[in-house]
Amino acid sequence: MDADERQLVEGLRAGDEAAFETVVRRHGGRMLSVARRILRDEAEAEEAVQEAFLQLHRKAAGFREESLLSTWLHRVVVNAALMRIRRRKSRPEESIEEHLPRFASNGHHAATVAPWKGADEVLAARETRELVREAIDSLPETHRTVLMLRDIEELSTREAAELLELSENAVKVRLHRARLALRELLDRRFRRTEA
Amino acid sequence: MTCEELVEFLSRYLDGDLQEAERGVFEKHLQDCPPCEVYLDSFKEAIRLGREVCVGEDCEDMPESLVKAILAARSASREGER
Repeated sequence: MDADERQLVEGLRAGDEAAFETVVRRHGGRMLSVARRILRDEAEAEEAVQEAFLQLHRKAAGFREESLLSTWLHRVVVNAALMRIRRRKSRPEESIEEHLPRFASNGHHAATVAPWKGADEVLAARETRELVREAIDSLPETHRTVLMLRDIEELSTREAAELLELSENAVKVRLHRARLALRELLDRRFRRTEA
Repeated sequence: MTCEELVEFLSRYLDGDLQEAERGVFEKHLQDCPPCEVYLDSFKEAIRLGREVCVGEDCEDMPESLVKAILAARSASREGER
């Protein structure tokens, strides 16, 4: 932790309003981005960030110097976002099965596996970025959440399992199926067409 | 190892979770199966694209209204603590 951050943490512990505001302005944008990615709803994302900062206010006195403030805030906002997902009215979730790859009875790929176009070519168009985003958003929520936590927020399996209240094995299985489904959803658009 | 079995192990392979013997069998299949080699490439690419698109949406800006709401909530909380 550098001297500037140490001073901020001391200010937070002492209940200093200016230190709190500095932290909000310095870290809030990134936290809002994280909440937006997980919740896909602007109003809910802002509320999750607000809840995270209230937690910071309540727990600041006991904040341990070994933890980086940004790491702690990241975890708190991820948790706040996940709590909101849990509180959403449960609606029937489509099965991920329809998005998984198919195989023949002999274990070979059922469809032709074709290489994809190069990434630069793919990501140049805004509509392509939207396409990738739509593919992620179309995953069943339980699987999308695991993908977000592991592959996007880069939490460990253990951290994701704790936050989601799942076993580590369940996290690994869901992550793998989410990745497979994402690959299948993108395959149609990104595969090289035959010349 | 069949293609279907290889696909089941893809994440474990990429995450470094395969034992040495398992990794040997996995890589042998890849060497002998061009479709699986292509499938692995697109699997890795899907993960990378997802990360790049999501992280590419990151923004440092915080709406001023949200900053004010957070500071007001903190003040209200402090009032409640007194």
